[in-house]
Amino acid sequence: MNSLFLTNILNLPLLVHLALPLTIILVYALVAIWGERKVAGFIQDRLGPMRVGGWHGWAQSIADLLKLIQKEDIVPTNASRFLFKFAPFMMFAASYAAFAVIPFSSGYIGSNINIGVFYLLAVTSVLTLSIIMAAWASNNKWSLLGGMRSAAQMVSYEVPTIATVLTVIVVAGSLNLMTVTEMQSGNDILGFLPNWFIFQNPFLIVAFVIFFISILAESHRVPFDLPESESELVAGYQTEYSGMRWAMFMLAEYADMLLLSLLGAVLFFGGWNSPFGDFMGGPVWGFFWFMLKGLLLVFVMMWIRWTLPRYRVDQLMHICWSVLIPLSFINLVLVALWELIF
Amino acid sequence: MIELISDTGERREMTINMGPQHPSTHGVLRLELVLDGEIIKKVKPHIGYLHRCFEKYAEEMDDYAKVIPYTDRMDYVSAMNQEHGYVVAVERMLELEVPERVEHIRVIVAEMQRIASHLLGIGAFGLDLGAFTPFLYLFTEREKILDIFEKVSGARLLYNYMAVGGLMRDVHPEFKEDVADFVKTFRPKIKELDNLLSYNKIFINRTANIGVLPVEVALNYAASGPVLRGSGLKWDLRKDDPYSIYDRFEFDIPVGSGEVGTLGDCWDRYIVRVREMEQSLRIIEQALESMPDEGDVMEAIPKRIRMKEGEIYVRTESPRGELGYFIAGDNSASPFRVKARAPSFVHLSMLPAISRGSLIADMVAIIGSIDIVLGEVDR
Amino acid sequence: MLTIIKQGWSTFKSIFTGMGVTIRHFFGPSVTLQYPDERYELPENSRAKLYVNIDDCIGCNLCARACPVNCIDIETVPATADVDLGKTSTGNPKRFWLTRFDIDMAKCMYCDLCVHPCPTDCIYMVPEYEYSEFDRTNLIYHFSNLEPEKIAEVKEKAEIEAAEKKKKREEMQKAKAEAARKKKEMEAKKEENEKSGDDDNAPSKPESDGGE
Repeated sequence: MNSLFLTNILNLPLLVHLALPLTIILVYALVAIWGERKVAGFIQDRLGPMRVGGWHGWAQSIADLLKLIQKEDIVPTNASRFLFKFAPFMMFAASYAAFAVIPFSSGYIGSNINIGVFYLLAVTSVLTLSIIMAAWASNNKWSLLGGMRSAAQMVSYEVPTIATVLTVIVVAGSLNLMTVTEMQSGNDILGFLPNWFIFQNPFLIVAFVIFFISILAESHRVPFDLPESESELVAGYQTEYSGMRWAMFMLAEYADMLLLSLLGAVLFFGGWNSPFGDFMGGPVWGFFWFMLKGLLLVFVMMWIRWTLPRYRVDQLMHICWSVLIPLSFINLVLVALWELIF
Repeated sequence: MIELISDTGERREMTINMGPQHPSTHGVLRLELVLDGEIIKKVKPHIGYLHRCFEKYAEEMDDYAKVIPYTDRMDYVSAMNQEHGYVVAVERMLELEVPERVEHIRVIVAEMQRIASHLLGIGAFGLDLGAFTPFLYLFTEREKILDIFEKVSGARLLYNYMAVGGLMRDVHPEFKEDVADFVKTFRPKIKELDNLLSYNKIFINRTANIGVLPVEVALNYAASGPVLRGSGLKWDLRKDDPYSIYDRFEFDIPVGSGEVGTLGDCWDRYIVRVREMEQSLRIIEQALESMPDEGDVMEAIPKRIRMKEGEIYVRTESPRGELGYFIAGDNSASPFRVKARAPSFVHLSMLPAISRGSLIADMVAIIGSIDIVLGEVDR
Repeated sequence: MLTIIKQGWSTFKSIFTGMGVTIRHFFGPSVTLQYPDERYELPENSRAKLYVNIDDCIGCNLCARACPVNCIDIETVPATADVDLGKTSTGNPKRFWLTRFDIDMAKCMYCDLCVHPCPTDCIYMVPEYEYSEFDRTNLIYHFSNLEPEKIAEVKEKAEIEAAEKKKKREEMQKAKAEAARKKKEMEAKKEENEKSGDDDNAPSKPESDGGE
């Protein structure tokens, strides 16, 4: 029945496929920006936005968005005009496109292709390009420094990300994220734990830690937010942007954060599977569980951001190349051995 | 377009302006950096964006008391200490006896101000390194001090509380309880700060072995205060050249030890400030105990100051270091010359020496660790 | 490898300690005020705005002289003999019409120095902090409560009186000068009688600032 439902929904018109993830991203971004400010507020003994819209200022991001739309679109005199204007859209397009292969619930996936993970990783690499594009086109030295940092950082941290994703793929044996999720159904481990990969194999816990650190770096979150470190580089590659183009960067960044968190949820926490087996199962509950897991990871990212200082650029590289990469490859071998033996 | 590599392919250096509008230059400091990639080849501080002619104003005033509000505005985060230095200097010149109660209140508010100033200093230091939350936690504590000050003097930042020979007004009746309450609630917060920031590994990574200031260099640049103590030298004017009634109190002088890195690095300077807050609490407790309950704080204020001819230099320990006032008087009611020796200005001058060859991110850490206040640098 | 694991472990430990601190604050109470809805009660003696109780002011100008930034501008006109301005609540007699008592709060630096010299305690700071304005000139507070017509009248009267006084004084001076001259003449005559020779009246010294 399930697969029948799936084929039916895959025949939906193209427009729906375009609109669904976009709606999710936009709604999420508005909620997450408000949420981040609330989390920051609560952690810092404040309340965060309280004014716009009534209850706890829920409409704050909508008001901000309206304000940003009204703002003047400033392009610096000596900037490379086309690239400068194009970069934010390219960045958003890259993170938006990657949502195509995310299985939002047992009933909905944008494109059920068999190289889902590969596609996702390939498409998100475009983010780096758009950041460098924005940084160079701004004709600002601070932007350029931010762009250089970001290029180095994202290229480096893609290696451990891919290595840990590979670890899961070794266990799952499929690149299709829908298949990967379906493999984690049921509650068999120790009789009650769900069949999520993180519980299946002790070395996958290590893999998850590495993965989480890497996605922190890939989505420029503290302690790895060097490309836009506000106390050093003013605002990094975003320095010269204003109004709607800057909003696109923010949108893309939050979308990227969600994308990588959702990927983590799929790979380690059973995607749309309910933690209670068939209880609260089904496509709608599946969407709920999936978003809950993703948002929980996003919350942890925010929590870390409002706790820690940031690393320096050389320490960041050191962590990646001399700790995470060797560790992730050793871990890959160990996971494979474990799978062979048990 | 920016050109990093010339046509011939040789390396080119990039000159970049850090400030005067930059999030982590602590005001309107402008640094001219010459960069090779992110490595700093040369740094040149440009100052004067906040110059307000303090010294000239002081000469123009027709009363010694009228200079006090201007001393507040030099180092606006530690106004009480600035006033304290000035009034001590004028009193010594007049050979004025100050009542016991006044001296005790002065020491208590000055030490509270030292804590407030250090809270802001280390909070902003954390902020420079990307830790936003400790900054606001510390600010909460600072607010408590400012609340007490507001009750005491009526103002929150620029108090004009101390007068030559006394205080502008008596403290409020619950002053002792308020201060004791603060001391009690503040101790655990230092522990929390240690957990959250001081011994955080990332924070240590960012500050240990960065901006190392050997003690000889520090002495050559005439460093003082926490910057000098961070380099390991026990030098505190409250002990070594006591003014007011500091010689009666028992407290230690915390010095840097290179606990997590090299002696005299940014972390040492930071931790000296944290430990100094604890010592200030000790002084406050002792002062509260011995403070007389009765006494008119305004009895010794001279109606009209008639300065004899002469000059004096008095140095006091401000939260940033040695704050010196040189006052020259002629036989009139207004100072002939007032010169302030501002520790921030002296410390800023050694920035090129300790930041050469470091990264931009380290530059930010170094500026944060010497804790300059631009109001005092430019005066 | 072992050192890396050791370091990694201590890093994680310190990170989790820090996260423990922040999560405790996350569930803790907020310390802020929702400003326009809730307001911070300033202590009674806080210095936020200058206020002048003009009925008690005697126009002595001491506050204006004490001000380091000259933000107080006082203009007084002496009261004529026919009016009695009464006394202040502290018992000091008032002798001046206060035709102008302006305080420029945009210039004021809240130093409290003007408060202490006041003999009648009529200028003081009040704990009121919400008085921002769009136009800077609105921050100049006019405390004088005299109508413009009254001011003009008072000034005119004072002028007349001053002119009369001046006349009187001049007459008196003239009379005095006359007397002095007569006296001198008498003396001169006496001297002349005593010895012959010219007496110079010692006029003002010749001006000598023409040279370099």
